Amino acid sequence: MIELYETQRAMRAMRQAAMQRGVIAILDIGTSKIGCLVLRFDGVPEIPEADGIGSLAGQAGFRVIGAATTKSRGVRFGEIDAMQETERAIRTAVQAAQKMAGLRVDHVIACLSGAEPRSYGLEGRVDVDGAQVSEQDVARVLAACDLPDIGPGREVLHAQPINFALDHRSGLSDPRGQIGQTLATDMHMLTVDGAAVQNLAYCIKRCDLELAGIASAAYVSGTSALVEDEQELGAACIDLGGGTTGVSIFIKKHMIFADTVRMGGDHVTSDISMGLSVPNATAERIKTFYGGVVATGMDDREMIEIGGETGDWERDRRSVSRAELIGIIRPRVEEILEEVRVRLDAAGFDHLPSQQIVLTGGGSQLPGLDGLASRILGHQVRLGRPLRVHGLPQAATGPGFASAVGLCLFAANPQDEWWDFEIPVERYPARSLKRAVKWFKENW
Amino acid sequence: MRPLKFLRRSEGRADPAPSRWAYRVERLWLRPRFRKLVKFGVPIVIVAGTVGGYFANAERREDVSLALSDLRASIEARPEFAVNLMAIDGAAPELAGEIRDVLPLRFPVSSFDLDLEEMRKTVLELDAVAEAALRIRPGGVLALDIRERIPAVVWKHDGRYDLLDESGAFVATLEARGGAAALPLIAGKGAQDVTPEALDLVEAAEPLGARFLGLVRMGERRWDVILDRDQRILLPATSPVRALERAIALSEAQDMLSRDIAGLDLRNPKRPTLRLSHAALAAYHEIRLTGVPTE
Repeated sequence: MIELYETQRAMRAMRQAAMQRGVIAILDIGTSKIGCLVLRFDGVPEIPEADGIGSLAGQAGFRVIGAATTKSRGVRFGEIDAMQETERAIRTAVQAAQKMAGLRVDHVIACLSGAEPRSYGLEGRVDVDGAQVSEQDVARVLAACDLPDIGPGREVLHAQPINFALDHRSGLSDPRGQIGQTLATDMHMLTVDGAAVQNLAYCIKRCDLELAGIASAAYVSGTSALVEDEQELGAACIDLGGGTTGVSIFIKKHMIFADTVRMGGDHVTSDISMGLSVPNATAERIKTFYGGVVATGMDDREMIEIGGETGDWERDRRSVSRAELIGIIRPRVEEILEEVRVRLDAAGFDHLPSQQIVLTGGGSQLPGLDGLASRILGHQVRLGRPLRVHGLPQAATGPGFASAVGLCLFAANPQDEWWDFEIPVERYPARSLKRAVKWFKENW
Repeated sequence: MRPLKFLRRSEGRADPAPSRWAYRVERLWLRPRFRKLVKFGVPIVIVAGTVGGYFANAERREDVSLALSDLRASIEARPEFAVNLMAIDGAAPELAGEIRDVLPLRFPVSSFDLDLEEMRKTVLELDAVAEAALRIRPGGVLALDIRERIPAVVWKHDGRYDLLDESGAFVATLEARGGAAALPLIAGKGAQDVTPEALDLVEAAEPLGARFLGLVRMGERRWDVILDRDQRILLPATSPVRALERAIALSEAQDMLSRDIAGLDLRNPKRPTLRLSHAALAAYHEIRLTGVPTE
């Protein structure tokens, strides 16, 4: 059992130590595949000052030296279902990545795609001590946020201050040193099901690895699939995964909402499997080869051999037209997208200045999906692929690796979370030195 | 529900996942220190342990050292390394015989047993040998190249006559003075240390011809030139050659040395002094008194 909230600070320190030593692994545990990347941090590289090189070039402080993916087992809806199986799959991926890197990794950062995330917006407000905002004021205003009732058995996964306001000025990213009287903050908090986190942590521990960080898959795929302008102006990233579809909304480079629809590509596959009565593996193959969401006249004539593996090769040779296949796939995809639409509406996405929607994840490779998505979600829809990072194999650059690449970015330049700030002096134990210093300052 | 027991065989394809222990071993193997330890440390320990264990037994140690010395002896005894005779070049027959006496070699001998440097030192200890070079020539010949000392002067001292070479080193003792009549004679204590100066003086005294008998070192400080008719030239301690040349020049100009004088004292170069013989002194007084020489 780990106390997630209490260990966040320790995990941050562990991440920094691992980056100092130079090697850290990231583990993307999804419903359909488990990916492991080994990153090597070797200092900040020389970035030539030139036009066209954006600030994202700073992500190149690391290099992927090992990459491996394996078919996921024992994971349903992004949550660990059969721990032994998942553990074996993690071992397979980690061992292959270690072998490619030629290095042993001890620390991993993992992401969690399921576990029913819920977003909360918190607000805090305090009077500034003295004339200028100090670190302690920031700490106090963060501590002043009221924790809503997150429900039993839930854990805080992310808690990021996304805005600071000083008196009447809002939208400050760093209020320290500024003059004002009232400091207010908005914080975005993401809670997940505690048991899912515990299972994940236990599973990683059983693989002799140390968990050095944990992030929401919807969040990290947003960081890798959205370009900087989209993150700044407001956009939603929809990560169509195997068992879940992650939704995250970004504005001003901060995530303000994340949610998960518990449906994904595996449901499409099982629909095909049921509809055509073929095995799951065949259905998966048919989906990836012939799948689509928009039927044309041509598709009526294109027949697909589906071969029922009954052993009766002479009589059991079935075939379906592609239009039929699309007829099976499309309702499920529409259902997923409509569910996403509901979540976006609930989050107030239509109030954002820019309503860019980026589809990523393995499911976004379905042909014609962007057209369907723009009809359901809105007009500005594009297909997103993750950012290019150094050393990533060509096989791992597809949209299915958005959350893996996002985890790399999460490791390289993490967002400040609530536990990364100072602790307010009042919360220190009674005998702490900082408290004594504060008492002296106030009385002399 | 899937079976709780893992059915590896019945599922057809083998599970690609490594077993827990295979995974752990692989991770252990990826530790650089562990890897170095296994690759270098373990072989070193095994080899050292085996060798040490073998030689822990004193009997085995002896066996091995015996076998090694046997092997060495068998190589040394090979005819390729045998030395059969000694060839001495540049030495007179007496000296060669002496060398053979001081080098007690019983041929044939293995060249491994010959310590040439030691033998060379032994040979150099002989007085008559100035330089010696030893080497083993192909064909099993121990070749000695000897340079003898050449006697340059005869040194008379303590009633003996010794032959010295030009550097003053002892060569041999003369049985009789006549044995080396051609060599100049020097005498006096400490004369052997300044033999080169004596040779210079002998060369400078050449105009004196047969009148020159020898040199005597006086008080280990300066030389006296001895001429016949008991005449003696006392040379100064510093630059005696110049003083002698001067005396010879005087003598040639004024026929000085052929007169009846007992000695010429040049010890103070600013004031050369003549010493008359007793007869000459008497004649001198006679002349001063009478104005007429006797006879």
